[in-house]
Amino acid sequence: MTTTPSAARTAGAAMPDGSPRTHYLNATYGLKSWLLTRDHKRIALLYLVSISVFFALGGLMAVLIRMELATPEGDLFQPDIYNRLFTMHGVLMIFFFLIPGIPAVLGNFLIPLMIGARDLAFPRINLLSWYLYSIGGLFTLWALLHGGVDTGWTFYTPLSTNYVNTSVITVGVGIFIAGFSSILTGLNFVVTIHRMRAPGLTWFRLPLFVWGAYATSLIQILGTPVIAIAILLVAAERTLHIGIFDPKLGGDPILFQHLFWFYSHPAVYIMILPSMGVVSELVATFSRKPIFGYKFVAFASIGIAVLGFFVWGHHMFVSGQSIYAGVIFSVLSMLVAVPSAIKVFNWTATLYKGSISWDTPMLYALGFIGLFTIGGLTGVMLATLGIDAHVHDTYFIIAHFHYIMVGGAIMGYLGGLHFWWPKITGRMYPLFWSKLSAIVIFIGFNVTFFPQFILGYLGMPRRYHSYPPEFQVLNVMSSAGATVLGLGYLMPLVYFIWSIRYGPKAPSNPWGATGLEWQTTSPPPVENFLTQPIVTAPPYTYPAPKRAPEVTRGV
Amino acid sequence: MPAHVQPVRVYFGVFAALMAFTALTVFASFVNLGHANTFVALGIAAAKATLVILYFMHVKGNTKLVPVVILSGLFFLLLLFLFLAADYGTRGWLGVPGR
Repeated sequence: MTTTPSAARTAGAAMPDGSPRTHYLNATYGLKSWLLTRDHKRIALLYLVSISVFFALGGLMAVLIRMELATPEGDLFQPDIYNRLFTMHGVLMIFFFLIPGIPAVLGNFLIPLMIGARDLAFPRINLLSWYLYSIGGLFTLWALLHGGVDTGWTFYTPLSTNYVNTSVITVGVGIFIAGFSSILTGLNFVVTIHRMRAPGLTWFRLPLFVWGAYATSLIQILGTPVIAIAILLVAAERTLHIGIFDPKLGGDPILFQHLFWFYSHPAVYIMILPSMGVVSELVATFSRKPIFGYKFVAFASIGIAVLGFFVWGHHMFVSGQSIYAGVIFSVLSMLVAVPSAIKVFNWTATLYKGSISWDTPMLYALGFIGLFTIGGLTGVMLATLGIDAHVHDTYFIIAHFHYIMVGGAIMGYLGGLHFWWPKITGRMYPLFWSKLSAIVIFIGFNVTFFPQFILGYLGMPRRYHSYPPEFQVLNVMSSAGATVLGLGYLMPLVYFIWSIRYGPKAPSNPWGATGLEWQTTSPPPVENFLTQPIVTAPPYTYPAPKRAPEVTRGV
Repeated sequence: MPAHVQPVRVYFGVFAALMAFTALTVFASFVNLGHANTFVALGIAAAKATLVILYFMHVKGNTKLVPVVILSGLFFLLLLFLFLAADYGTRGWLGVPGR
């Protein structure tokens, strides 16, 4: 890529402080310029707004769930309404927030910037994927307005095929369409990372976020078609009774669980791998040290992505799956702990003797490491056949996967958002409030979900709107924690929006980080780079340039 | 990526082969081969799919990365079938307690 005429024009019209007058946010105006954009940075922002809407809706459902569970009696909702609440909470959060979350927002924005490219390989397909996501989301919202769905987000047969009378097919179609959005995003990333790296940017000079996004994309491409087919088969079974899942017609309901978890277990890694990539960036930057064991961390991402496809049967230990298959899945599931532990140990080793600064993104990253470790180790417990038989379908499971998805994936997402917000918007957010939000979220999260480990171990099953009175103390704790957690999530919403208008202008490299994305202006020009960057060194060559003084001072 | 151009007669030849395989499928469905029925039907289908992938989808003569991508997809399909077989093949081994 050479310097284009418009880039030269942009460079000519530089502001006194050296930042260009036009950038991707003010290059064009109007609704059409956003809805028909092919700029990966604008599409990332479209995604950011849409997934935030779904996060808010899913969060609202969580609030209602925790309100109901504050008392042992089912006094706020009827059981069938409660079933719809937790189902829609799961569907919205997983398919419309967590899975598109980091890849589609941070990945879209950062991958071309990090590899020194002008855009993704297929900008039109990138826009198409946002439209598919939106159409899928609208289908699901439409179903929500028409009573929602009450099968649990897992759509288990025969409940979903033979018994419930809710909008199973509409929500299924919504997820099916959103799945294509996910496949297209993954495809775009893989092609971009293979073919559009800047001169000199070899595979082992790639930032670890790009490795994480690459591993995620592999799962999106290979796994998503399977759940698409599984959902179509549920729809076909409901309407035409073709007999895939119905034993009366020669089918097997457990086959659905196989097909569902073949995607939905790796889908957990779609959520966590990009977060791990973010954390690798944050830990290196805020320790002022190169990441310890770069190649191990990079290959651990690929290892998790591939091993993730070998373990799905651990969701089915007590479902009627053969006990021998269960033994194999149990052993294989424990293997996932190896690459995960490699990452955690290497982050810790990076921190060792580092020059650590307690900036907001780092607080989120440290929160991630602790919470992910708890979530991961309880996962190893659950991979054990004996323990799983005891705590299957209890709150122990709920606590475990929320530690991974909320404590892991969302902490990483927020850490990344705080880290790259100055790059995305060209504005700084208030450091005090943002640090406070990280601490409030960490505390709120633990108060919400740690009691659920105990509740589950004591035998409280998931998915019931009432429970024996002896569980009330821990449930009230959990509901109180959820209030704190909700407050913690509202804080970034407020100060991020505030910062867009009132935040102090951010320099190009506020954190003194290495990485190509920091070598262009904040916000970046439409072309990303005014001249083609050439890479001559490995990533994370810390100690790097000095930090911008206004960040050190605080705002 | 270099554009790989093939003469038109290759496409017609592949099309003729696909039609021939289709006729063979119809013919085979009238002959009872016992257990071999499924294998014959799937074998013909696999042969047709291979022709389509190699010629119509231009995998033959393309860069090496393209077959790698396709084979990795097939590998994960194999994985799905392998573990399904591990479940269904061993489910009856223990019998049903009390029966």
